[in-house]
Amino acid sequence: MPRHTPFHSRTNVLCESQSWVEWSGYLSAQMYEMDHIHEYNAIRLSAGLFDISPLYKYFIRGQDAVALMNRVITRDASKCRVDQVIYTAWCDDEGKIIDDGTVARLGEDFFRMTTATPTLYWLQDNAFGMDVEIEDVTDAYGAVALQGPMSRDILQQLTDADMSDLKYFHLLETKLAGAPVNVSRVGYTGDLGYEIFADPDHCEKIWDALMETGADYKMLPAGMISLDMARIEAGLLLLDADFHSASSSIFELEKTSPYELGLGWMVNQKKGHFVGQQALRHENARGPATCTVGLEVDVLALEKVFAQYSMPLQLPYQSWVDAIPVYSDADQRDHIGRATSGTWSPVMKKYVVIARVKPQYAKLGTRIYLEQTVEARRFAVPATVVKMPFFDPPRKRE
Amino acid sequence: MTQSYDAIIVGGGHNGLTCAAYLAKAGRKVLVLERRHLVGGAAVSEEKYPGFKFTVCSYVVSLLRPEVIRELELAKHGLQIVPLHGTWAPMENGDQLAMYADPASLREEIKRHSRRDAEMIPKYNQMMYQMVGAVKPILGYVPPNPVSPGFRGARTLLDFGRHLQSLDKKTFHQLSKIMTMSAADFLAEWLETDVVRAVMSISGIIGTKLGAKSPGTAYVLLHHYMGELDGAFTAWGSQKGGTGGVSDAIASAARSYGVEIRCNAPVQQVIVKNGRAEGVVLEDGEEIYAKTIASATDPRVTFRKLVDEKDLPEDLVRAIDKFKFRGSSGKVNLALDAAPKFSAMTDPAFLRGSIEISPSVDYLEQAYDDAKYGAFSKRPYIDVDIPTMVDPSMAPPGKHVMSCFVQYASYDMPEYGNRDQQRDAFGNAVIDTLSEFIPNLKDIILHKQVLTPWDIEQEFGLTEGNIFAGELTLDQLFFFRPAVGWADFRTPIRNYYQCGSGTHPGGGITSGPGRLGALEILRDGN
Repeated sequence: MPRHTPFHSRTNVLCESQSWVEWSGYLSAQMYEMDHIHEYNAIRLSAGLFDISPLYKYFIRGQDAVALMNRVITRDASKCRVDQVIYTAWCDDEGKIIDDGTVARLGEDFFRMTTATPTLYWLQDNAFGMDVEIEDVTDAYGAVALQGPMSRDILQQLTDADMSDLKYFHLLETKLAGAPVNVSRVGYTGDLGYEIFADPDHCEKIWDALMETGADYKMLPAGMISLDMARIEAGLLLLDADFHSASSSIFELEKTSPYELGLGWMVNQKKGHFVGQQALRHENARGPATCTVGLEVDVLALEKVFAQYSMPLQLPYQSWVDAIPVYSDADQRDHIGRATSGTWSPVMKKYVVIARVKPQYAKLGTRIYLEQTVEARRFAVPATVVKMPFFDPPRKRE
Repeated sequence: MTQSYDAIIVGGGHNGLTCAAYLAKAGRKVLVLERRHLVGGAAVSEEKYPGFKFTVCSYVVSLLRPEVIRELELAKHGLQIVPLHGTWAPMENGDQLAMYADPASLREEIKRHSRRDAEMIPKYNQMMYQMVGAVKPILGYVPPNPVSPGFRGARTLLDFGRHLQSLDKKTFHQLSKIMTMSAADFLAEWLETDVVRAVMSISGIIGTKLGAKSPGTAYVLLHHYMGELDGAFTAWGSQKGGTGGVSDAIASAARSYGVEIRCNAPVQQVIVKNGRAEGVVLEDGEEIYAKTIASATDPRVTFRKLVDEKDLPEDLVRAIDKFKFRGSSGKVNLALDAAPKFSAMTDPAFLRGSIEISPSVDYLEQAYDDAKYGAFSKRPYIDVDIPTMVDPSMAPPGKHVMSCFVQYASYDMPEYGNRDQQRDAFGNAVIDTLSEFIPNLKDIILHKQVLTPWDIEQEFGLTEGNIFAGELTLDQLFFFRPAVGWADFRTPIRNYYQCGSGTHPGGGITSGPGRLGALEILRDGN
């Protein structure tokens, strides 16, 4: 029986569609209204409010906290200053990715890690012999993400802190509607946005305050469908969609490395030892077996496919997560990889797809073919390799 | 000082900008001349009250051709359209009609009014989908001359004939009905609830001086069904920052291809020598020369103001003089201190949709009766749109702008006195009518802008204030638009072209005339 997050008393009333999914053991709203599109548009025009409480959260404290983080994650934790947040991956001994997530430095010897998979055992096992205290605080904090161009203005109405001082990938402790909160300027939408962590007892009050103030800015509570569209536009990967965790994969071929996922930039080979370092060094030397790329589907070509059936072009109304064959040729003979998620982007008016292909097809501008099924027949529709993130507004960093 | 361009576009409305963008994309050196201080024509957003942006004239988007969005990369240049949240209408008895966008909620709501209609609405939509499928290809055709089509025109007619032949009998039968019937009668064949018919027939009267019961209005209804949003059939939406945002996006695309845009540059006349257009004279006397001149103004301005009668054949002059403008709609834009409260509305989400003051078919027809002989409707049809319900960029937090499209009004309404008195009386009738359904309205109005058809003509240059640059009735469409023989974007004056809404495929924010006009200019090697 899935559990309720600390915001459930509020989200439950608002969730007109009563469309829920299970997320890490909690009920999570797919969409609040009967149509997700208004929530999606709120993210890009105003702001969307997401209940992200189901994220796993861990505190790592003690004089070896930096050492433990540095052993686990691929980036250099010592470079992460207090009140800074980093986005990082962590791997197993074979250099295969376990998960990606954020690490926030709350103090000199104090980190908070948020993850999509349970990570307590992994932190504990790696902390062997270290002077460090690891605490699973998943249930001790509720969390919301406020994402969109108006998110800063909304937060500013509710706090004394100057929100314009809070830089991208930094955090601050403040009070929101009188309740103590930890606000970090991060998110999963590629837009201006924040994540707010608070004691469960204060969560309802915080939600109410955000909803009341947000109403003036046309903020909407938003669910997982609109979030998935936004994260694909932002070129952000999703666990169990674009990759699988090495810690839960049964088959070797399901595993991937940060290099294969386009996350090579977060593998710091210059820092000291970390889990998977040697394997990653070898992999980097010989080059990854696949590369993650952004694709833009040729919509005109897709339109022609539909025209064969005297049908108008049909675009996906929401994002999809799948494993769709990708070919180098229109005859679908040379299989070169898989498309793992995609969406029609209403804000860009483009059909964008995240795919993993053989490295020789990863160059920008390469034309490859994506399998699309129309009327139960398979077609190879051309797509071009383009830069990710697909959608990257300056306001995200400004 | 004289300067030379490959092409000059007269009028920086959305079609003029579109035409300019396509010409420049093809390598031409293009200048756009706009009379006002900003581009957009009738698709403009203006801050008429500090902090409040009004969608002054046109206010919603659906008909914008997807190929234009794609080819000019308008999303990159700021196009951002948000779909409306259904349609809602108050009824005179205090009840409501809530037309949800999602089929299940819609069915449940319609059931309250009629169980039969709850089942018939999807059938009706299915039929309209087929009608649109049958007619839509025409939007991309260059209208041939039916009298002497020439080789290319003959091919178009042949294609069109083949296309019509390919339709099944049922579709063809419906199509002939929709071409000839009134919107109200056409709907009555499908639906029995009066308020449903009333709300669904309004697309048939928009921009037209005809009643919902006047034959010919069913086609106007179909015209408004030909749009889409991201491939979603007939969906309508609001552009971020108002429809001026669409014009700005097209202008930005045009500039990226090198188009030069000059505002506050009213064109007095097109310079014609030996039957050939060579340039333009601005009102201040400046002369600018170009190989090609294209007018994005309406047909009356294009043929009767910008060029001399002696350069045109008599039959064209006569046709343009008879072309029906007779603007029938006005606009009231309000800045509001708070959200309006409709007494009959149970789900406030509908404030994000289209709100229609159209409680019955007779109400609509009565509104037409009032205005038929040169007046405005005492209780008019009003299409209310509150863009600030989704778009925080148009008013301060918690405040709103409310766009009210009003029908009917007349170009001249002398019974109310001078132009100022006519405007005041019209504005008051609109606000009084709205107040019947929004009790708190008068308390929250901070500012109002009222436009009668005459004001629309004065400010935007649209003859007699017709929002479509000429009515969209069947006798003024396709090869009749604006005149037989001159519907292919050319004119009797060499190198002088048309590219405004007065040409095929007509009015509304479509960019269709601008694109097709540009393609014809390029086809001529200009």
